[in-house]
Amino acid sequence: MSEPRAGGAALTDERGEAGGRHLAGAPEASRRQRARKKRKLPFSPWHLVLIPASLILLFPFYWLIVTSVETPSEALHFPPELWPHVLRFANYVDAWNSAPFGHFFLNSAIVAVTTVLTNLVLCSLAGYAFARFRFLGRGVLFAVIMATLMVPFQVTMIPQFIITKWLGVHVLAAVGINHLGALILPNAATAFGIFFLRQFFRTLPIECEEAARVDGASRLTVLFRVVLPLATPALATLAALTFLDSWNNFLWPLIVTTSTNQMTLPLGLATFQGAHSTEWTLLMAGNVMSLVPMMVIFFVAQRYFVRSVAVTGLGGT
Amino acid sequence: MTSISLARRGSGRSGAGRRRRMASEQFAGWSFVTPGVAIIVLFGAVPIVWSALMSFQKNNLLTSNTPFIGLKNYQQMVHDPVVSQAIQHTLVYTALFVPGTMIAGLFLAVAMNRKIRFINLYRTAAYATMAISTISEAIVFIWLFDPSYGVVNYALGKIGVPAQQFLNSPSEALFVIVAMTIWGWTGFAVVVYLAALQGVPRELLEAASIDGAGAWRTFRRVTLPLLSPASLFLAVWLTINALQLFDEVYLSTQGGPLNATMVLVYYLYDQAFQQFNFGYASAIAYFLFLIILVITAIQFWVGRRFTYYRS
Repeated sequence: MSEPRAGGAALTDERGEAGGRHLAGAPEASRRQRARKKRKLPFSPWHLVLIPASLILLFPFYWLIVTSVETPSEALHFPPELWPHVLRFANYVDAWNSAPFGHFFLNSAIVAVTTVLTNLVLCSLAGYAFARFRFLGRGVLFAVIMATLMVPFQVTMIPQFIITKWLGVHVLAAVGINHLGALILPNAATAFGIFFLRQFFRTLPIECEEAARVDGASRLTVLFRVVLPLATPALATLAALTFLDSWNNFLWPLIVTTSTNQMTLPLGLATFQGAHSTEWTLLMAGNVMSLVPMMVIFFVAQRYFVRSVAVTGLGGT
Repeated sequence: MTSISLARRGSGRSGAGRRRRMASEQFAGWSFVTPGVAIIVLFGAVPIVWSALMSFQKNNLLTSNTPFIGLKNYQQMVHDPVVSQAIQHTLVYTALFVPGTMIAGLFLAVAMNRKIRFINLYRTAAYATMAISTISEAIVFIWLFDPSYGVVNYALGKIGVPAQQFLNSPSEALFVIVAMTIWGWTGFAVVVYLAALQGVPRELLEAASIDGAGAWRTFRRVTLPLLSPASLFLAVWLTINALQLFDEVYLSTQGGPLNATMVLVYYLYDQAFQQFNFGYASAIAYFLFLIILVITAIQFWVGRRFTYYRS
């Protein structure tokens, strides 16, 4: 998706009238146009829609920030003060001291970054093999992957929990209950990622790959040196979607994490809320702190996130 | 390029060379897919079969043996009043949330699909809701809708409406959750619709206006049909997510008050990880899967008639 241009319905309105002018036998249209001209606003009338809509969309954020810097008594004042009189930043210090937000952030970052990297590597490998190689069992394996793509997480979460618990006890503690590995390993490769990259790889011209093979490059070299550089848009999309999913995941961490030090931001914040459910100023300060990292990442890479979501909606790349 | 592919084909024709090439392709294929597929089989495919088996077992973690009890779990589900409440609430929630989000998204996307001043600010306001986690969103909305000190009750008071109990009220709690999730998903719907609007060709809109169609008719007869693939995608995607509602309920009401916000996934979570009835919870999970499959199939079936694909 390139920089959005004013098209679509924007044109409907203006062209509707421009077209009317050319129609000789449309007095009604020209009358309407004249009426519009008389009460023409110095700005687009769409601002009258968009300003209130944006205010509604942004108000929860505003209120969150306002409450986070109020004194507790001010927050519990009714009618509420729409504008804080004193800025009490001590709320942030208090929140930071009453829950390990730094830890939560670090855990979230470790889990999200690792999950993105493993997904990029493992889904590229598998997606490429499914797209280009002929091997025994390819059809069956691909069908299995497609089947898991359709099944909601709730169906698999109980056995996943049992398997994770077993792995932690019998194989490797780092991927067991109450370890970050338990949040990474089950999502280290996703059916969606494999399917998505396979579809993309199939659209690439095969000639470059064949030429590289003839020149003596191994299959792995072809994938990493020829195919993946051509697939950067698809890889960026997969990375953005995986990152968002991992960062905001709640149910799975909730099931496999009980120790505060291993919690990711959403789970840590939920636990913090459970412990301070009526201390609104503290709660909102903690909420702002856990919101800021994702907001920064999102707006720095807004183009990628927005395009990625748009791509899933358009069902292609 | 021709000579290369000819050479390649030539080497492929000689029997031994071809066999070696095929063997190496077998090996490469398997070694490329094994790491990814192993994870998906272990944490996806095996659990699908396992939980199907578990749904026919009595399995409550307390006893080590897990006897097969046939359809008992499913029979229990049919007679469980909480399950029928949960189904009802899940469907009501979905029926409000999905059209609500789609209408809000479509309206905003159409309004934002033009080059006017501050347009990037407006768009960013919508996108911002995509960056907030369900947990942060729920905490803010619990505060906004607080019965005693919430700003929503203050605003209602301004227009003469008495203070409401919102999340504490069995008749209102579910609607508050609808409101907070619509807000949280608006950015997503806006992005999808904006992308689709950008794919609407100007020629068609011009043709419509030359034919004398007004703004509304052009939108209704040209733009909206061209957006139908995006609408179908959103309907399906939002419905799948709505049927799996959990985070906001866990944070705000835990299914209460008086089970008023008990939805299927919350009940399933409660049965599985609070009561440790793994067998019964698996049966509920499969039932949820069935509901998702049926509703999605209906949407695709109905959608096919109304969806217009250009190509």
